[in-house]
Amino acid sequence: MELWYWIWDTLPFEMLHWDFMKNALLAVLLMAPLFGLLSTMIVTGRMSFFSDALGHSAFTGIAIGAICGAAAPVWVAVIFSVLFAVLFSWVRSRSNHAADTLIGVFSSTAVALGIFAATLGGGSFTKYNKYLIGDILSVTPGEIGMLALVLVAVAVFWVICSNRLTLTAIHPQLASSRGMKTELIQTLFTVMIAVVVTLAISWVGLLILNSLLVLPGAAARNVAKNLRQYHLLSVVFALLSGIGGLTLSYYLGASAGAAISLGLALIFAVSFCFRNRRA
Amino acid sequence: MKRQLHGGACGDSCCLKLNQVSVKIGSDSILKDVTMHVHCGEMVALIGPNGAGKSTILKAILGQRDYEGVITFSAPGMRHRKMPRIGYVPQSPAFDPGDPVTVADLFACCQSRFPAFLGITREHRELVLECLDRVHGKDLIDKRVGTLSGGELQRVLLALALEPLPNILILDEPLSGVDVEGMETLMEMLDEIRRTYDLSILMTTHDFAMLPRYADQVVLIDHRVLKQGQPEDVLDSPEFRQVFHRKGGV
Repeated sequence: MELWYWIWDTLPFEMLHWDFMKNALLAVLLMAPLFGLLSTMIVTGRMSFFSDALGHSAFTGIAIGAICGAAAPVWVAVIFSVLFAVLFSWVRSRSNHAADTLIGVFSSTAVALGIFAATLGGGSFTKYNKYLIGDILSVTPGEIGMLALVLVAVAVFWVICSNRLTLTAIHPQLASSRGMKTELIQTLFTVMIAVVVTLAISWVGLLILNSLLVLPGAAARNVAKNLRQYHLLSVVFALLSGIGGLTLSYYLGASAGAAISLGLALIFAVSFCFRNRRA
Repeated sequence: MKRQLHGGACGDSCCLKLNQVSVKIGSDSILKDVTMHVHCGEMVALIGPNGAGKSTILKAILGQRDYEGVITFSAPGMRHRKMPRIGYVPQSPAFDPGDPVTVADLFACCQSRFPAFLGITREHRELVLECLDRVHGKDLIDKRVGTLSGGELQRVLLALALEPLPNILILDEPLSGVDVEGMETLMEMLDEIRRTYDLSILMTTHDFAMLPRYADQVVLIDHRVLKQGQPEDVLDSPEFRQVFHRKGGV
């Protein structure tokens, strides 16, 4: 971190002379490839609403952790989200309901449980507002280290499993016929999203988190011609909007998470104008 | 479920045998006592009305569905392997036209350990071209799978199922969504592949007109085997007319 601080201190960027901005920029540089990669598979696998539901479950986990008196409620939230993801995958593979119906069931239950837990005994909901909006400027060097570890874990998983994950997402029957354990691989992926979503919720916020998980992949899908371009563009779009959004929020004094999301929305709009035609 | 590698009265000439195979879901009997043989190098067509259990038979053979009874595989050259190689072309392979997945990507996802999102290696691209050449589809390699026509997609999936070369090729409704010209091309291609590689082919279909020309054996099922034999015998049988409410054959 010292080297990182020193680099920006020597460069003439006023914005990056503040330590909290240096931390935030590093966090954005780590989060962008993380969200960029996950986003491709969330979009291909039509899991946008599921990742939204996971955000709600993360919030519920934090509320439960807080009323249990946990020193670090975020870890209670990670456990809760992972259980939520595994239970959802298990029910989905054994139910004849459409995925969006089940997501509605799980999401509304998680929200209700979260609000119930947060307000139990007449408690105030105000202290949970930071999880709704998020604040990337509050990220600490320790949390950045954790983010780096998560990025490495996701990258390794991606190198090993992305072929099977892609095939499972685009044609589960074909994947299954080639001996792939589709249920296991989907469960592992949902667990991975659960962990990332829960760790990121305090920096990005529940209301914006899902846009980061959906928009990079959605924008890249508009213009990519193959899987390599799809992943590359998704990561590049996440990086561009991350750096641009952070800069804009500094000079305009607005929420960084919201500025990043708006940047992604703009990129989506532009990519839509240049989208692939059917042929 | 009992799956065997060898044995059976017809020995090496018999590639696949189903003996008294039954499948139940809860109390519903989907298949009852299905007995049929597929000989090596033979093309067998499974026909029957919707919901008759055709796809269930294929899933039982693929090991994707629990069943009672015995399914036996045997073929020259597979004595030392645990399981036979089954090439499978699934039913209604609908791919989203918006997904940025090319034919080369699809092959990489199915066959390669090298992650497709990092690109396709030169060696693997050559292998894909070789595979596509078997179905006269080399020009399809960089097309997105969602933009392929029904016939093109079936050819790509066929090429995929043929690498590595299987002991038996199973196709679930390969002619659905394919135009008449495409059907003819596909059936001729299957026939050529069968002859070239001495491959056993088991397929389900609703298109009976092509069967006398290409199939060696037709099995009519409606939860159980109603009739099996030469295509003409089955298509002219009272059982066929009863099931499909037809007055005459095809």
